[in-house]
Amino acid sequence: MLSLTINGHEVKVEPGSTILQAAEKLGIFIPTFCYDPQLAQVGACRICVVEVEKARALVASCCTPAADGMIVHTDSERVLAARQANLSLLLANHPLDCLTCEKTGECKLQDYCYLYGVDESDFVGAQKDYDLDDTNPFYIRDMNKCILCGLCVRICYDVNGAGAIEFINRGFDSKVTPAFDDPMEYSSCVFCGMCVDSCPVGALIPKESIRQARPWELKSVKTICPYCGTGCGLELLVKDNKVVKVRGDLSNPVSRGQTCVKGHFGIDFLDSPDRLKTPLVKKNGEFRETTWEDALELVAAKLKEVKPTEVAGLASARATNEENYLFQKLIRSLGSNSVDHCARL
Amino acid sequence: MYEKQILICAGTGCISSGAYEVKEALDNELQKNNMEDKVRVILSGCHGFCEKGPLLIVYPEDIFYCEVTGEDMPELVEQHLVNGNIVERLLYKDPNTEQIVSNHEEILFYSKQKRLVLRNCGVIDPENIDEYIIRGGYQGLKNALDKDPSEVVEMIKNSGLRGRGGAGFPAGMKWEFAYRSQGDKKYVVCNADEGDPGAFMDRSTLEGDPHAVLEGIMIAGKAIGSDEAYIYVRAEYPLAIKRLRTAIAQAEEYGLIGENILNSGFNYKVNIKEGAGAFVCGEETALLASIEGERGMPRPRPPFPAVKGLWGKPTCINNVETLANVPLIMRKGVKWFTSVGTEGSKGTKIFALTGKVNNTGLCEVPMGITLREVVFDIGGGIRGGKKYKAVQIGGPSGGCIPESLLDLPIDFDSLTQAGAMMGSGGLVAMDEETCMVDLARYFLSFTQNESCGKCTPCREGTKRMLEILERITEGKGEAEDISRLEKIAVTVKDSSLCGLGQTAPNPILTTLRYFRDEYEAHIYDRRCPAGMCKELLSYYIDPEICNGCRACTKVCPVEAITGEKKEPHVIDEEKCIACGACLDRCKFGAVKTK
Amino acid sequence: MTNSISEIEDAQALFVIGSNTTETHPVIGYRIKMAKNKGASLIVADPRHIDLADYADVFLQMRPGTDGALLNGLLNVIVDESLIDKAFIEKRTEGFEELVAAVKKYTPEYVEGITGVPAADIRKAARLYGTAENAAICYTMGITQHVEGTNNVLAIANLAMASGNLGKPHSGVNPLRGQNNVQGACDMGALPNVFTGYQRVDMDAQREKFEKAWGVALNSTPGYTVTEVMDAVLDGKVKFMYVMGENPSLSDPNLHHVDEALTEVDFLVVQDIFLTETAQKADVVLPAAAFAEKEGTFVNTERRVQLIRQAVTAPGEAKPDWVILTELAQRLGLPWKYESAEDVFREITDLTPSYAGISYQRLENEGGLQWPCPEEGHPGTSILHKDVFAKGKGVFTPVEYSPPAEEPCQEYPLILTTGRDLYHYHTGSMTRQSKGLAAFRPMEKAQVNPEDAKALGLEEGDAIKITSRRGEVTARSTITEIVPPGVVFMTFHFHESAVNLLTCCEAIDPVAKIPELKTCAIKLEKAAL
Repeated sequence: MLSLTINGHEVKVEPGSTILQAAEKLGIFIPTFCYDPQLAQVGACRICVVEVEKARALVASCCTPAADGMIVHTDSERVLAARQANLSLLLANHPLDCLTCEKTGECKLQDYCYLYGVDESDFVGAQKDYDLDDTNPFYIRDMNKCILCGLCVRICYDVNGAGAIEFINRGFDSKVTPAFDDPMEYSSCVFCGMCVDSCPVGALIPKESIRQARPWELKSVKTICPYCGTGCGLELLVKDNKVVKVRGDLSNPVSRGQTCVKGHFGIDFLDSPDRLKTPLVKKNGEFRETTWEDALELVAAKLKEVKPTEVAGLASARATNEENYLFQKLIRSLGSNSVDHCARL
Repeated sequence: MYEKQILICAGTGCISSGAYEVKEALDNELQKNNMEDKVRVILSGCHGFCEKGPLLIVYPEDIFYCEVTGEDMPELVEQHLVNGNIVERLLYKDPNTEQIVSNHEEILFYSKQKRLVLRNCGVIDPENIDEYIIRGGYQGLKNALDKDPSEVVEMIKNSGLRGRGGAGFPAGMKWEFAYRSQGDKKYVVCNADEGDPGAFMDRSTLEGDPHAVLEGIMIAGKAIGSDEAYIYVRAEYPLAIKRLRTAIAQAEEYGLIGENILNSGFNYKVNIKEGAGAFVCGEETALLASIEGERGMPRPRPPFPAVKGLWGKPTCINNVETLANVPLIMRKGVKWFTSVGTEGSKGTKIFALTGKVNNTGLCEVPMGITLREVVFDIGGGIRGGKKYKAVQIGGPSGGCIPESLLDLPIDFDSLTQAGAMMGSGGLVAMDEETCMVDLARYFLSFTQNESCGKCTPCREGTKRMLEILERITEGKGEAEDISRLEKIAVTVKDSSLCGLGQTAPNPILTTLRYFRDEYEAHIYDRRCPAGMCKELLSYYIDPEICNGCRACTKVCPVEAITGEKKEPHVIDEEKCIACGACLDRCKFGAVKTK
Repeated sequence: MTNSISEIEDAQALFVIGSNTTETHPVIGYRIKMAKNKGASLIVADPRHIDLADYADVFLQMRPGTDGALLNGLLNVIVDESLIDKAFIEKRTEGFEELVAAVKKYTPEYVEGITGVPAADIRKAARLYGTAENAAICYTMGITQHVEGTNNVLAIANLAMASGNLGKPHSGVNPLRGQNNVQGACDMGALPNVFTGYQRVDMDAQREKFEKAWGVALNSTPGYTVTEVMDAVLDGKVKFMYVMGENPSLSDPNLHHVDEALTEVDFLVVQDIFLTETAQKADVVLPAAAFAEKEGTFVNTERRVQLIRQAVTAPGEAKPDWVILTELAQRLGLPWKYESAEDVFREITDLTPSYAGISYQRLENEGGLQWPCPEEGHPGTSILHKDVFAKGKGVFTPVEYSPPAEEPCQEYPLILTTGRDLYHYHTGSMTRQSKGLAAFRPMEKAQVNPEDAKALGLEEGDAIKITSRRGEVTARSTITEIVPPGVVFMTFHFHESAVNLLTCCEAIDPVAKIPELKTCAIKLEKAAL
């Protein structure tokens, strides 16, 4: 174990831990944009810089290993000045449409400007001016809001493996975009939505939730994806009894926040107008709405008319354990073992 | 048996000013005079005095001709080679004393130099390994192969050799880290991605003495336990690449690169990787990313390359000039090397001397030499009798050093203290007509353009600093601009990811430190003291010259010029928009600027 | 899966066969690519040039339906080159000698003749798999949806046992299960022959346990499987069908046959969230709550039981399936008293030894549990067969290759193979109701190789008619080298191009009763849509 001092408090950490991890252990907050514990750190955004005594310049706490005897300050004048100036630099090149921006309330740039008292930028000058890419049905890319933290690029390469986006140009003209600066639709993007989840600002916005809810109005419900057998954890974000949007559940041990296009963008079938809402009975070849009472009575009556072994049931690989259990219990209780489901298909 | 030997400088500078044409003309002339057997003509590497190229030296008498052309060859052959008369008009003339100098050792540009790294440049045929070997080449490697790697590391540590590429990190420590790093595979990388504008010492070294660099690489390889190296050289250096390839092929042929070198059991492979010219690829981690085929962007350190470098393997990265010092240290010993230089900076440093001095070119000087000696002796003083103002040292990452520090001994530590840095050794001399704000703007436009865009402060900060500097030089500066500049500069320096960003504000910070009054004059008085910023010029009419022809009043778009016919006119500075129309229109030169 | 999803990314070698993982199990697909990035060797075997083939160290593009031969070929090399794990074989298995004898004739050259995979590639793949310290096999329906499906799985087990790749981390035999709770449905006894936890209906002790718990007498004869039940209807042996959350009218082979049966059956109850193709044939349709509208548990492909939680209420009068079933049972006079899904789960754990240690509280606290979890305090089982196999020793079961039931002929010269794509799911009942997914992939695009397209004069996007011995469908085509010449690929997501009108329901794996959906013989024609 290494021992270091942060803001006057001593902390012991495993060798290989970063200053950021050591600070977390002490409950000391350090802001980050480009940090993601599941990725290799790149130290690009510089908002997490801290002062290490005897070091020439400030260091990025997300990727600087803690060292024995290190004395760190996370809130010195020098650190605060650097954070404020860097926020001010970001703000100078960022649209200030927070009133209507979808990210308001969960935007890290907004949060940190609040935290460090940066209200508007001192530095007026050229700004990015890119067209929106909203050619795909899943999300909008507004590169004018991008702060170039690179999380989306790294997730696309290192987690998804699609490698659909990269930086082009350099310096002030850097931009994250697919090959040939094409719309996403023509790229190798598989629309997993993980970049959208990772974006700290409003550069990547899921279309389904636009003008549906402010983040603080949303209730998060953790559940499991209804599609394939991987069993990914999803966070359903709900307002007024409606799932407004979905993101990967970082706490799920199977998927660790990872998603695919269906889990991320394919849950809106819940609100389809075609959902069945009442029991139906077929009369003369046509369905008529009926009550639960009548429908269940009819089913029960018909069941009593046939021999036990003449009953067969198909359970569901989509329903819960409890429901499948009860289904086979019901069929078997009637005296039939003809219960199966589509595991073979 | 040749009676005479003629060296024609074939560095890139001299080639572009016509060295190949000179060679062809000389060969023709020699043939005409049946002298091919008596005179041997050699294309050499760079002599450093590129401004005076093409250069031609006749041995054994050591007569130094400069600015020769193909058309001069008949005269040179007939007069000098046939008749034994020196062609005086082609000799060097001291710009201050007007004295003609025939021997290159006597030229101030050369006499104050100490050419150790450049010892072979301009002397040997760089495409002939024998010439390198005859002058002691590969003896250093032999010595290293006879030693234990730890002894080699120890020697470099004791030599005090510091990295010549920029920050001046002790080379021996780098080697020791790499030596101590565990790994089945280790690399040596030679950083030949010379990118500072105006700096060309690495190119000249590679072109003029490629084997010295190869030898240095292999000694490093032996020291750290590596068997493979990459030379990362920019594709804009085709001649350097060609000569390196030739040198590698010759060394392979001689068994100096390959398997079981000199029967020592030491194997070595050297690869060349051509860079695409991004300045940031000179930064070691960006360079490694580029070799790996990734986008050339810096990575955080630690881990340092010595621990986790190329493809994750321990890697020792040194620049060309550093590595070219190594064979000398191995051959002549630590004591010999440490006899040159200052306490903290041993050996020599090559500078690319440019700007407003009389003699520009490449010079190698001992550490500790004063700026005054470099500017006034080697550089021959300021051109046109103008007044000296400052030097910008260390390229775009360096800083401006004012006249008051002319007697500063140049070494790594003194320059850093003065707010500049050794950098790769660019040295630009400036006279009274250089605007320091404009100079800072120039260097910022370079670093801004070369910022890779990865980290926030450098990407956004260099842009904003440049915008402010542009504003000031255009006469639109605001009172707060100096404090804004300082705020961004400090942040960019303190929080950027790599050396590019951390040093990019240096030109601003040093000009603000030493020439703050020039900024203030631009902002508050809308005046450029050096008279360089076009938008800040003010126009006036010299009443002595003006004959009142009224021509200027007709072109002035804002009716700022008044005066009676045939009487001297006056420009109303309040109204004048400094468009310059009157200046162009006046046939008598009465319209002037201040 | 014998092993867990989280182990994949650190495997030394991965063998993916009959699984287009990046489209059908995308998150597992990411892990395979991560493993590759970390230095794993990747072997991919598939008739189509799937995305993972681009990442593979060796790609074995076999003819559809020749998986068994390929697997035996790999075993042949592993035996021949002594890449076997002798200690594992001696200690943990029996029947190895018979296996050696059986795979002797499957030399790479012989197998090349059957599969079309170059012998050198078979050798290379076997070496990568056999020399790795740990190697995992992942497979999906590409292995099982064949007449030879069971044999293919046995061959995979032989391969894993012979190389000792079972019962240790980053290895194993890993079927990637296709649906969110297909594992759970099996665990829960939604099968004709077993109760929960695979307790058999025909074993008295086990059946009696359930009789006692449920308070009813139970039948000891296994019932009909999904593929058999349609015949049973047509034979008049089944008169009442209750379908909960399934859509056999699109998912089952030879849809004409299914249609006929569902029309024929006396009474059909369908319980679903949409009026599916199957529901349209029902006498009574019961509206169900979707996954986000109820509580319960799903079991994923690595046997992890996870909680699902209610986020919103069901639309209209729709109710969770468990509520509907309870109300119906009560109407039938059964003594069911469930107030919550958790009540049901408690009954499950009481009756199911492998679930005995699981509770909602633990699932909540521990982020799911992998069965077997036989008692409270048991951490769950991430790797099966660690020290012993469930049945003692692992038995090598030699399998012989036999060709698919239907091979191309003069009349039907092409092979049709079916599956899913990334943007839709199964019969599309959910995904086609999602605005984004429906907009991005609005219709079927049958994959046709450029050579075949040229022969037919097809251009990209042309309409085609696909005909088999059982029926015909139309679809748009896309011309791509993902499919080799002679092979056409279609999904079963689109009722407009219902591919299962073409597939064959008679060709069924004799053991698992899985239909041969992965190959049937077809012909293609240009068509007007």
